[in-house]
Amino acid sequence: MHEWALAEAVIAAVIEESRKEGLKEVTKVKLKIGELQQIETEIFEFALNELGKVQGSVAKMEVEMAVERAVFRCRVCGNEWDLRETPGMSEEETEAIHLAPEVAHAYIRCPSCKSPDFEVLHGRGILIEYIKGR
Amino acid sequence: MLETVDPRINIIDKRLAGVKRIIAVSGGKGGIGKSLTAAVLALTLSGLGHRVGLLDLDLSAPSTHVILGIEGLYPEEEKGLVPPEVHGIEFMSIVYFSGDNPTPLRGIDISNAMLELLAVTRWGSLDFLIVDTPPGIGDATLDVIRWLKRAEFLVITTSSKVALETVKKVIKMLTELNVPVIGVIENMRRWDSKPVREELKGVPVLGEIGFDDKIEDSIGDVNRLLKTDFAVKIKEIALNISLDEKALLR
Repeated sequence: MHEWALAEAVIAAVIEESRKEGLKEVTKVKLKIGELQQIETEIFEFALNELGKVQGSVAKMEVEMAVERAVFRCRVCGNEWDLRETPGMSEEETEAIHLAPEVAHAYIRCPSCKSPDFEVLHGRGILIEYIKGR
Repeated sequence: MLETVDPRINIIDKRLAGVKRIIAVSGGKGGIGKSLTAAVLALTLSGLGHRVGLLDLDLSAPSTHVILGIEGLYPEEEKGLVPPEVHGIEFMSIVYFSGDNPTPLRGIDISNAMLELLAVTRWGSLDFLIVDTPPGIGDATLDVIRWLKRAEFLVITTSSKVALETVKKVIKMLTELNVPVIGVIENMRRWDSKPVREELKGVPVLGEIGFDDKIEDSIGDVNRLLKTDFAVKIKEIALNISLDEKALLR
């Protein structure tokens, strides 16, 4: 359930950023979630609601989430592929990547040349794209 | 608000709010005993009655689990990751997730992995969090300085000119950045070598530890490890560190 930990991080960041902007109430937050995080969006949304509703300034904020597809590019042969095209990962490997996304480098290899030296072009981490309020 | 924000950064201080002191074990070169020092220091402080956590941030080459003989454990998922307690220490390492697989990470991956671990690990109430860092002044050390703002550095070196050359740069950088340095430990000392304290003027040398032949056979066995000459010296240093909070070089 590390969705709760990340939701807690989002609430803390929204409160801090809204303070910096002088907002008394946050009406909307837009989040970009990397597919590599493999977040259960329902749990994440529930956690955001539960944690947010006791924080006055964000209690009624609308949350918009967009999951960004994870795309990799091999630094050796230049091949690009996405997480869904990555062949045969076990449940344990998927769970490990869910909890610590960068260990993708332990389990994923370039489908073309088998190199572990690839970059995550898109779809890692979690970002607050914008906050709206008054 | 226009700029995107990585919310994981905002939660780090809260995750570490229950930790009284953060000690980053650092050094210029590999193979000089940083991980061994971090692991034995954590064990020793725990043995002295402190509540201790150990965080292995050598993400591509974690080894403290080997030194402490830790296997078959996994963090508990409870609104984040709760580090398992082993030998009285709360222990967190990427090895729980990467296992035996080589995990080649470049700079941005190291930063992201570290950020994720710092954001989701739920440490208990600790007197000390010992952080094992990779050698030099690369990504991990810079991220420790950036994100673990309360970290005090304990710098390991040998008397080798090669190690000293780099460790001087590490200390210079930490001093320039106003990062507290607890002091230096000279490890693997050969008694005919020129003492490090003569080379590192102005920096407290907390101890000189001779080359200990018994260490290798004690790796993975905590009870044997704590009986080595190395551990005896670390205990003297640990007592000083735990008592002397204000004698930091700034």
